[in-house]
Amino acid sequence: MATIIILIVFGLFLAAILTGGYNKKYLERVQQNWLWEWITTVDHKKIGVLYLTAGGFFFTVGGLEALLIRLQLMFPDNRFIVGDQYNQLMSMHGTTMIFLVALPLLFGLMNVIVPLQIGARDVAFPFLNSLGFWLYFSGGLLLNLSWLFGGAPDAGWTSYATLALNEFSPGPGVNYYVLGLQIAGIGTLISGINFLVTIINMRAPGMSYLRMPLFTWTTFVTSALILFAFPPLTAGLFMMMFERLFDTNFFTTHGGGNVTIWQHIFWIFGHPEVYILVLPAFGVFSEVISTFSRKRLFGYNSMVFAVVLIGFLGFMVWVHHMFTVGLGPVANTIFAVATMAIAVPTGIKVFNWLATMWGGSLRFTTAMLYAAGFIVMFVIGGVTGVMLGVVPADWQFHDTYFVVAHFHYVIIGGTLLGILAGVYYWWPKIFGRMLSEKWGRWNFWFFYPGVHLTFFPQHFLGLYGMPRRVFTYPSGYGLELNNLLSSLGTILMTIGLLFFLYNAVWSLTKGPRAESDPWDGRTLEWAISSPPPEYNFAQLPKIRSLDPWWAEKREGNRGMQPAEPLGPIHMPSSTYLPFVMAIGFFISGIGFVFHSVRVGVLGLLIVIVTLFIRSFQEDEGFHIHPEEEVKGT
Amino acid sequence: MRIEEETSTVAGLPAEPEKATLEGKNKILGFWLFIAAETTLFATMFGTYLALKGESLAGPTPGELYSLPMVAAATLILLTSSLTSVLAIMAMHRNDAPGMIRWFGITILLGVAFLGLEAYEFYEYVHEGHTFTSSAFGSSFYLLLGTHGSHVLYGVFWILALMIQGRQRGITVQTAPKFYVASLYWHFVDVVWVFIFTVVYLMGMME
Ligand SMILES: [Cu+2]
Repeated sequence: MATIIILIVFGLFLAAILTGGYNKKYLERVQQNWLWEWITTVDHKKIGVLYLTAGGFFFTVGGLEALLIRLQLMFPDNRFIVGDQYNQLMSMHGTTMIFLVALPLLFGLMNVIVPLQIGARDVAFPFLNSLGFWLYFSGGLLLNLSWLFGGAPDAGWTSYATLALNEFSPGPGVNYYVLGLQIAGIGTLISGINFLVTIINMRAPGMSYLRMPLFTWTTFVTSALILFAFPPLTAGLFMMMFERLFDTNFFTTHGGGNVTIWQHIFWIFGHPEVYILVLPAFGVFSEVISTFSRKRLFGYNSMVFAVVLIGFLGFMVWVHHMFTVGLGPVANTIFAVATMAIAVPTGIKVFNWLATMWGGSLRFTTAMLYAAGFIVMFVIGGVTGVMLGVVPADWQFHDTYFVVAHFHYVIIGGTLLGILAGVYYWWPKIFGRMLSEKWGRWNFWFFYPGVHLTFFPQHFLGLYGMPRRVFTYPSGYGLELNNLLSSLGTILMTIGLLFFLYNAVWSLTKGPRAESDPWDGRTLEWAISSPPPEYNFAQLPKIRSLDPWWAEKREGNRGMQPAEPLGPIHMPSSTYLPFVMAIGFFISGIGFVFHSVRVGVLGLLIVIVTLFIRSFQEDEGFHIHPEEEVKGT
Repeated sequence: MRIEEETSTVAGLPAEPEKATLEGKNKILGFWLFIAAETTLFATMFGTYLALKGESLAGPTPGELYSLPMVAAATLILLTSSLTSVLAIMAMHRNDAPGMIRWFGITILLGVAFLGLEAYEFYEYVHEGHTFTSSAFGSSFYLLLGTHGSHVLYGVFWILALMIQGRQRGITVQTAPKFYVASLYWHFVDVVWVFIFTVVYLMGMME
């Protein structure tokens, strides 16, 4: 009870400050603070930067966890991190990298770039965009607070029932997993809907679906996958939460429950999640390869078709994660065939990328190096994926380091290289300054070989029979060398990423100013200044072909042709409500983690009250008059 | 966007005020997508229920538990409320704010009646030993029904808030999309109930 009173008093205090009832001067000082601007922003470009920053922060955390894991596994019979501590580390490494790093970093790029690529002034729902970010951030924070209060989740990133139930994981760890992911997942779903509506409704005149850049297309398909993949996860997390907090019987066998229900639900979400992560990276590479080959993307239509087909097939293969469960030969065969079918559209894409480079005038910038490195790495990951799709072979590979090697080749080779390529490519547009190509090369030539050195030997470890998720291994089974090599590889990766960090800091402090079109680009975002003005386009552009900016440049035009006369531009006003709502969810999460239903409900009440305040608000926004500014330039 | 805003002020309220602005169109499309997501959420819970409904352990089985008259009454009430929410939107299209508010009021009254029946039903079930924790059947039953019920409850408060807004501001191109979207939500919740009636109750009683 006392905690509730304290929380209510604290909430009223905050409300008083925010509404100016406490002290007007203090309110003004808060509002002029730079932090306040970032908390309340609804500008898609700023929210994109927030995603990149928060994703980068969690990447550091998840990376340090990986380093500790490899340090423990460097030598046989090592006693550095043992047992439950190791379980926590590897569970949090996986959960963090998948949910708090990979997708949010992609969201960062999508947020900044997609509205620019389709010629829009903002996303469809600026308020929800901000809400999506703050939910993600508070969910991630909640998850990571587990390190300080009560212990981290220790049932793996898949958190399979039985292992994740109270009996085998008694601490609050898995509660953090369930509630952190629930909150972050709602944010992801909101963002997915936002991108879909933006792309469907807000394209500039003439921007037909088959004139959309590939990155916009992949964002579109990824958002559709989010729409159908995250709600099952939400349902599953609810079940897991009730199972742990209120002793329900969804998964408990002696109560009539069934443990495979969690597995089905998790993988109905989990396999599409793989494509949610990798499709946007495909989009980045399509842009980068086309720009730096100075050629139109080869087979644009087949690329679009392949993306849609991969997205569709992605929902029909989840059982390939459950071949050893014993669902019978019919189920296993159907899902094995569907799994291998995905190799066809993926193969189409690989050949299209190669054909785009063929005969182009190639420029190997850092972004292009990452794109070329991706093709090699992703093909290896794809081949091991088909190997894992063969059911009898899968029974041998299952839960060994072969699987670990496979999915790191796919997720690092696809998603992470895609994020790095995208960051190098769009950095000038996002921040208005150039990254150093010299340090970019140092970054690539340490990081990329480091990835191979880390994960290639793991294929052999798996084939030799080393199971995943174990904290040590005995000597004398031929596992020493490959484990040592793997651990040494992480050091190269770390050095490579430190070069990137240095490069980023250098660019933001001393980097040369970027022009509007530093790479001789093809798509719409390169037609406006770097960084773009708040309203993106003073006049909405008229789109006349695929690669619209390239086409205008070929005709000797110095800008896009306008589709409307100059006039005042309507902008949405900043708001702190999404932040308050995220605080509500955070309080609720903390409450449920520690079995306090009252605090949990209190947090949800904050959320609902904020929702109703929002509903009653008449947000008129404000208008910008770009005439004067345009005349000045 | 600009042109549409101007026409709406010059020519009074357009025929379909909910779709007159880009914001309105965005809101409606976004809400349809949200309904698609909710459909997958409920589909997962239906699947779980179907997988676990045979596991009632020592408690009553679906066939022993369900009684048709009360469920039929609840179904009738909820379907009628769908009709009244349509009448509310028709009133909105006639630019008849008081009529719209009246029909929305009847809608949420029916919603409250439905919730009352459901609460009574749950109360009886608990007395017969069918609880959230009694068996896998109980857990999956209350998860599905509880999620639906909380959707109805949320809808009642939401439409209540919109009725107040309709009173304060009337029907404008800003408020019309909200009314429209709320009625979409109400229809969706009703459709889910039709599936619950069929899959849970009718199929449960046939066993
Ligand atoms: Cu899979």
